[in-house]
Amino acid sequence: MTSLRVGDSATIGVAGLDELIAALSADGYEVVGPVVRDAAIVPGAVSSAADLPTGWHDEHAPGSYRLRDDGDEAIFGWAVGPGSYKGELFPARESIWTGRRNGSTIEITEAVDTRAAIAIVGARPCELAGLEMLDRVLLGGAAVDGVYAGRRERAFVVVAECAAPSATCFCTSMGTGPGVLPAGTTPVTLRPGGVDVLPRFDLALTELAAGAPRSRRTAGAPEWDEGSLHGDARRAGAHRFLVTVGSERGASALGAVDHVPASTEDHDARDALIARASAGMGRLLDTDGLASLLARNAEHPRWEEVAQRCLSCGNCTTVCPTCFCTDVGDVTDLVGTLERRRRWSSCFDLDHSFLHGGPVRASAASRYRQWATHKLSTWHEQFGSSGCVGCGRCITWCPVGIDITEEVAAIRASEPGARPLATVPSAIGERAQPARSDGGSP
Amino acid sequence: MTVPREEAGRAPRRAPGGGADGRAARDALTPALYVVSRRRIEADGVVTVVLDPMVGEPAAWLPGQFAMLTAFGVGEVAISMSGVPGDGGGLRHTIRDVGAVTHALCGTPVGSPVGVRGAFGIPWGVEELADTDVVVVAGGIGLAPVRGAIYVLAGRSGGGRLSVAVGARSPEQVIFADDLRAWRESGAEVELTVDAAPPGWRGSVGLVTTALSRLAFDPRRAAALVCGPEIMMRLVARHLVDQGLDPDRIRVSLERNMQCGVGLCGHCQLGPFLLCRDGPVRPFAGVAGVLAERER
Amino acid sequence: MIEDLAGLVERHPLFRGLPGGVAELVAGCAHNVAFSPGELILAEGGAADAFYLVRRGRVTLEVHAAGRGPLVVETLDPGAVLGLSWLFPPYRWNLDARALDPVGAIAVDSSCLRHKAEADAAFGYQLMKRLSAVLVERLEATRYRLLDLYGHDRSP
Repeated sequence: MTSLRVGDSATIGVAGLDELIAALSADGYEVVGPVVRDAAIVPGAVSSAADLPTGWHDEHAPGSYRLRDDGDEAIFGWAVGPGSYKGELFPARESIWTGRRNGSTIEITEAVDTRAAIAIVGARPCELAGLEMLDRVLLGGAAVDGVYAGRRERAFVVVAECAAPSATCFCTSMGTGPGVLPAGTTPVTLRPGGVDVLPRFDLALTELAAGAPRSRRTAGAPEWDEGSLHGDARRAGAHRFLVTVGSERGASALGAVDHVPASTEDHDARDALIARASAGMGRLLDTDGLASLLARNAEHPRWEEVAQRCLSCGNCTTVCPTCFCTDVGDVTDLVGTLERRRRWSSCFDLDHSFLHGGPVRASAASRYRQWATHKLSTWHEQFGSSGCVGCGRCITWCPVGIDITEEVAAIRASEPGARPLATVPSAIGERAQPARSDGGSP
Repeated sequence: MTVPREEAGRAPRRAPGGGADGRAARDALTPALYVVSRRRIEADGVVTVVLDPMVGEPAAWLPGQFAMLTAFGVGEVAISMSGVPGDGGGLRHTIRDVGAVTHALCGTPVGSPVGVRGAFGIPWGVEELADTDVVVVAGGIGLAPVRGAIYVLAGRSGGGRLSVAVGARSPEQVIFADDLRAWRESGAEVELTVDAAPPGWRGSVGLVTTALSRLAFDPRRAAALVCGPEIMMRLVARHLVDQGLDPDRIRVSLERNMQCGVGLCGHCQLGPFLLCRDGPVRPFAGVAGVLAERER
Repeated sequence: MIEDLAGLVERHPLFRGLPGGVAELVAGCAHNVAFSPGELILAEGGAADAFYLVRRGRVTLEVHAAGRGPLVVETLDPGAVLGLSWLFPPYRWNLDARALDPVGAIAVDSSCLRHKAEADAAFGYQLMKRLSAVLVERLEATRYRLLDLYGHDRSP
């Protein structure tokens, strides 16, 4: 086999995916990927392709998430789960240093990261975009988060492009998916703020021709139509993956797995899937002038209105792939051990803005306003991009179903000269229907 | 099959002080050890501590910056530098006892350890004001972060004049009385006023803006440093702008909840600014908008 | 002499910049006065027969309280207007005012000036505008002091 280079594509079967996972594991990576646990698809240990959520599909709606086992062969026939790979690289809880009193001094020992290098198999393009945003936050400033830097540098990332967006997805509005690359382009190295970061991914997979479901119809399952993951099985045959190389170590990994050069049909099938997924977004967010829209509407009555519903539970910040706020605090015990710990926190915490005896943001309205404005507006000034990847998790996992796209649209609509957004799903749970004009593609 | 851990020609990036094998360390977040070498009670509940490093030289700092001070076993808090650059000795901080950590720091005995991270943040930038007339308005504990800057301004040999207005709650709560005297003696105009006074006080009673009105400065040429409670900084900045000062030449020192001090934890946000790295000092023109946003 | 007085009135911040006739009008009701340090200028409950344009020295506004001594609520600087309750019935002072330094001032007969303001509406309006500005500034400053900004309460 000729050696692969960055930008090359090849096709592997499901067995090839298995080989890849085994090889990464054999090389010392801790392989993590999507697994079904507690009725959700979450990051977990993966030892073979059999651990992946084959046949599982998800249904999202504001405040609702259900998994369905259709028994088909699709490994990646779902959108996103509540967790993201942020948690593997940016731990939810960690020790920063421990100390011990010794006479009149303190002996401080910095915590070291002992976790092996991670190989992520099956991150979504929106999650990759989320990691890139975290790179700007945690690596782009004067102080670098050392643990995140090390884990991110060593992490082997296999992205699984998205063919089954959910009713709450809006990655196309944020430019983060559903494909990881526009058709026909090669990966580029990002240089935000002058920081040299990793290439975007090591390998990108697109699942093709996942085969007909064993039972054509399970209760409540939608029909699989022509352009879908299953529909094109009739045209193209075997269940397989188009793999794009994003880095030299990705090239090396793919080169050692059983693969054939990707055909034109494979590329066309991939492009069609991505196009269909793009048209099938559950929601849209109009980002035109969004940063200044929110900046000039700090007193908009909508903030009080959403506060009537918002529980300030912080679920949205917990599931968000870009939220990065942490609490830093010291603990001690009766024998004088000292430890400084860091853990994920949320701007919805009442204590998040504690200053001189009370919180600056006491009301739910001001806390919701802070979250939405930070994510969609001030993030631009702080880190040079939007902070939202359009994954829709905050909508799905909000217990009262607050939809950030709807809140923004409501504020935009009450500005003078408002124009309605072209296609916005009107019913909760309704999947936006793709335009029928592409039904004729071969 | 070998999958290289790192790509050829690309060395793993390590945090400063990181160990071998790509294992990363954390020294921006680890305190250096200092000891309290001197303590002084400035007023009821206000203590100045001077910290000397256990090893090596004290951290470099400029007036307006802050350090994260650790009271071991209690916690860590952001405190402004209140010393004067070049006066030798350790790091000086004037601390108001308002919570568990500040209480512990105010009570730390001479010789006991204190952790220090920093100095962090954007300073007052007095170096750029060599020939400018400067008005400094400070209220309450706000005199501490600006003390070093006032000494630098008072010691300038150029043509710039220095005027200082100080507000305090009452005469007993005036801090740095000897510094006020020293500044007057160096030729600066210094006016003090208090909100309320017991009998026998022969100074002024009134809002700090009345002390400000007694200073002689040309608003069209002057720059201003304003430091104190946020309400006070807003009203003083408005007052200065009404008098004709350019809002871009009025610098304020802003404060929010600070935990990491280095731009990673997200707590100190004020609108688009992360105050630990985009502040605490900012020109008033650029923050007037966020300061006007009503939080509730 | 009235001319010297008019010049002094014209230079006082309360009347500075107003047309020349105003200073003469006011001077016709005025005369120069001086107070020694510690001397009581206005007494709480006293008749507000004259108010003062302070030219030199500081004046403290006070409330006397048994066992607590005089409580200073404000210090007025040179250039201030001392006394505002002469504008309205019952024309009585509500605070004490005491000279802190040697004080030089222009005393203006309240009743005389009130009559002139009634008779000359244009002058009356100018006078009210200037005095209202003083009132608003003092009210705002007082309200901010009520917040006890430097106290140990929560901020901002």
